[in-house]
Parts: sequence; C-alpha cells; structure tokens
Amino acid sequence: MTIILNVNGAERRIDAEPATPLLYALRNDLGLNGAKYGCGLGQCGACTVQLDGKAVFSCLLPVAALEGRRITTVEGLGTLDKPGVLQQAFETEQAAQCGYCIAGMIMRAQALLDRNPSPTETDIRAHMQPNLCRCGTHMRILRAVRRAADMMSGKLAILESGQ
Amino acid sequence: MKRRAVLAALSAAAAAGVLGSLVFLAIAWQTEIPAMAPPKLADFDAATIHRGAALVAIGDCVVCHTAERGPAFAGGRALETPFGTLYATNITPDQRTGIGNWSAAAFRRAMRDGVSRDGEHLYPALPYEHFTRVTDADLDAIYAFLMTRGPVLQKTPENRLIPPLGFRPLLAGWKLLFLHEDPVLPVTGQSDEWNRGRYLVEGFGHCGGCHTPRNIAGGEERGKPFAGGIAEGWDAPPLNAANRTAHPWTVDAVYRYLRTGMDAEHGIANGPMGPVAHGLSGAPDDDVRSIAVYVASLLERDGPKAGSLPPVDREVEATREHPEGAALFAGACATCHGPGAPMMAQGRPSLSFVSALQADHPRNAVQAVVNGLPAAQAGRTALMPPFGDSLTSSQIGQITAYLRSRYSERQPWTALEDSVEEALNAKEQP
Repeated sequence: MTIILNVNGAERRIDAEPATPLLYALRNDLGLNGAKYGCGLGQCGACTVQLDGKAVFSCLLPVAALEGRRITTVEGLGTLDKPGVLQQAFETEQAAQCGYCIAGMIMRAQALLDRNPSPTETDIRAHMQPNLCRCGTHMRILRAVRRAADMMSGKLAILESGQ
Repeated sequence: MKRRAVLAALSAAAAAGVLGSLVFLAIAWQTEIPAMAPPKLADFDAATIHRGAALVAIGDCVVCHTAERGPAFAGGRALETPFGTLYATNITPDQRTGIGNWSAAAFRRAMRDGVSRDGEHLYPALPYEHFTRVTDADLDAIYAFLMTRGPVLQKTPENRLIPPLGFRPLLAGWKLLFLHEDPVLPVTGQSDEWNRGRYLVEGFGHCGGCHTPRNIAGGEERGKPFAGGIAEGWDAPPLNAANRTAHPWTVDAVYRYLRTGMDAEHGIANGPMGPVAHGLSGAPDDDVRSIAVYVASLLERDGPKAGSLPPVDREVEATREHPEGAALFAGACATCHGPGAPMMAQGRPSLSFVSALQADHPRNAVQAVVNGLPAAQAGRTALMPPFGDSLTSSQIGQITAYLRSRYSERQPWTALEDSVEEALNAKEQP
C-alpha cells in the first residue's frame, strides 16, 4: 500500500506493507542511512529517531502507525557543511569510536534538549539510559550532550560552519 | 417552655461536643519519646542484624524509603495517593533527618501504632496495620539492621495533601476506625511452613497493602481480604480463587514468580510488583518458599492442572475483529512475541499465558504496552521497550484489544479507552 510519511519536514511517499518498520522504510526506501539496525528488538537504541519530538525506536514502529506524525532523523539536524549543535558537540568531544550508535544517541539527546535545554547530569544520564554503545564511549557521549546543552544555553559558542 | 427545651438540647449537644473533643484529644495526644544517642554496632549481635536484613528484604522497606537514584533508606520518594502526595521518610540512623536518635521502644511504637518518636501521628502509607502482627523480637531485629546502616543526611520534603488532611491529629480518628490489632496466631492442622508464610504475608510482608481493596477513607476492607486492589495505576490482582490466570498458581509457580520475577505460565512481575520480586530475590530461601506455600493456598481453585493447557492463539478471528491492531502487532510486537521469535526460545511466557491478558480489567496489559518493562528492572528479568511515546492512544487501544482477542477466550474489555488515557496521562506526569 502507499503510505505518506512526514520526514524531516518533507512529505515522502513510499510503497510498503503496513507492518514494515519505519527503520526499513528510512534506509531502504528513502536512502536515509543515519538510523542503524542494531538489535531489531528495541533494546539497543541504534535506530532511535524523533517522532513528534519524542525519542522512539524506529525498528519497532510500523509505518501504518505514522500517518500525520512528524518524523525527524539525524539527517534533519544538519549537514556535513553545517552540522547541528549536537553534531558539533559530538565531533568536538570525539564521542564516536565505531560510530554505529551515534545517530541514535544524537536523536535521543535531541529529544531531551528540545524539552529541557539545561538538563542536570542526572537528567542526561536518566534520559540516555535506553541507548547502548558497545565501544564504551559513554563518558564522551555524556560530555557531548553536556556540551550541546551549554552551547544551546549560551555558555559555549555555537560555530557557524562546523569545525 | 419550648424555648427552654431548645436551650437544654443545645447545651446538651455542646457538652457532648466538648466531651467528644476531649476524648478525641486524649486519643490523639501522644507523648514524645526522649531522644537518645545513636546505638553502636557493638550494641547488637550479628545474628540479630542478619535476621533484620532478611525481614527488611521481605518487607521491602527500601522501595518506598528510597528516592529514585537516591541513597538507600534515606527517603524522599513521592507516593501519590487519592489524598495528595506523601514523601517517604529517611529511616537511616542520621540524627537530624533520620531515626538516629530513636530508641527501640520509639521504633516499635512507630511500627505498631503509627506514631513518630516526637509524638506525631504517621500516615497509614506506612502499613502499620500489618506491622501490629510482627513480634517484638522481629521488630527489634529490623531496628538493629536499620540502625547499623550508614547515616544519610537528607531532609524529607513536605507532604502535599488535600486540606485538612495535613492536620495529623485527624489520623487518630482514622486509626480508631481502621487500625485493628489482631495477632496472627498459628493455625493448628496447617504446616509450619504455611503458618510461617501466613505470618510473613499478613505481617511484615504487608501483601494486603496492595492486594486488599481499600475503602473511600483509604482503609483496607476487612471483609474482603486479598480481593485485589489498585496500586500506583496498576491492578494488584486478587490473591484468591477469583485470580484469572490460564494456569492455576501452584506453590512452585508462586515461588518462581516471587523469587525470580518470572514464571513462564503466568508472566513477569511489572509495575509495583517488580521491586517486590527483586526484594524477595535476596530474602532467605525458606521464607520465600513459606510465603509461596501460604499464597498458593489462598489462590487455590478448581481448574486445569499446571502445564496442561495448550496456548490459546485465535489469530484468524482476532485479525478479522481488529485488523488495525493486527497490522500494528505485526510491526511493533511480533519480532519478540510472534511464533519463532528468539525470545520465545528463552523460556519467556507465551502471551496466551500472561495473566494481564486474562484479567477482568485491562489496566495491567495497557500499562505494559505503554511503559514496557523498564530497564531499572531489566537486569532482573526481561526488558520490554515502552510504546507510550511511539503509538497513539487509539493505536494502543487497538493493539490491546487485538491481544485480548487473540490470546484469551474471555470477553472483550469494556474499559479499554479509559485505561489507555489513564496510563498515558500518568506517564506524562513528572
């Protein structure tokens, strides 16, 4: 069946079975490869995207459930030339090792910062809890989220064109 | 004449009122028990402290008396009640903010009569109506354990209650009505294990605190012990023959459920029951076994034997009745819960055995879809991701209706929409 998805502010039309997970539609039909397939069971967070502002697992989200809802992926936050605030902060803190979890981490963090631009360390840890990193760069990831929060609240400068 | 009679009646009423108030004040008035220097480790013998630790695991003091990510036993956890928000107190031996200067006598009075060391009445969120049944020796062991933990300086936030409930002397009236003191005496003809289980369940384990319904004033309904209640938005199922599960509860099943948080023929402890099972995973094995013996005797009913039922799977009918629910289930749930999913090879309960889908009310099934099995519990049993942020209320309703239709042979739920709204609203509260 034909399904219309609102992804990163644009309406995209795909042809898919209603039960198809959003993650497959993003990667296979729309060429948005930021969100990753990790476990496919909603246990690792590599596939995290924003749905109406909230962080959700796109691997367990049937496309039939998405009519009229707003989807944001990591591609919607910035570009190589003009990275978004979180993307800049992750680069500065060198938060990626293998990088597989990072798009999911960034999207989960974005959902927190949209709701609460000046989170405490406890807020950040509690919010990031569902997303796993197998390389063990959690401390850098937490620093990057802290840095992004400080950039958004004006404590640190936001760069005009990335690094 | 008439006027005089009215006056006489009025003065009689006034006198009765004054007398009544005096009697009430006499009951409400409790003296302060003098503060004392905190006891030392050497004041208690190790065996008593160990026995206290075991009881504290069974009573699960730490769940209510610890704030989220806060230090153990230091209080501060909010308890939402129909009467407002209460904050659990600091029960570490800190002298300023905890119970550091409480004597064993003050501790026993608090536990049995619900009166703080300074004479203030305590709210019945502390289930003192159960603790009246705990022996002196056991209360002293609990005291020994708590007083030998590390003191934590942490002030308890002020309660926020509907006026005039912040006025604590009123609690004396509540106690007159609902604080019944009846010891649990051994029942002859029952095994020692059963009697031990009964003592723990009715006493310090305070299972009835959730599993017995409460009246409008928040008192447990004595006529309906273990008939099922509601706790923090979850159903505490009845612990009697009315408990609707596919398979009957055997001693082994109750034991597995309480000890590990999971039984493949009944499901996984979730909501407020999750921490209870976690507490019992650290309690003495023979005590948990005794509790299982007693609880299984309450749950006994005629019906199929354990392990005898094939799973119910009405896939075709359910898909016809709830096509949207079926499509959502295929995309959101089947990877884990569908036939052949890897999880099913790990001894996890089939959905057709999960108690929440057999229950009279959809509350627990909806809660599980909305909140999943939170990671805080995940290391202990299993993890289920929440769907409250990814699916709309109508989609959650469709999935839950489909689950009921596919995996049970019971009537469709009527209160489904309200339950979904309730669970989603509760989730949005900070």
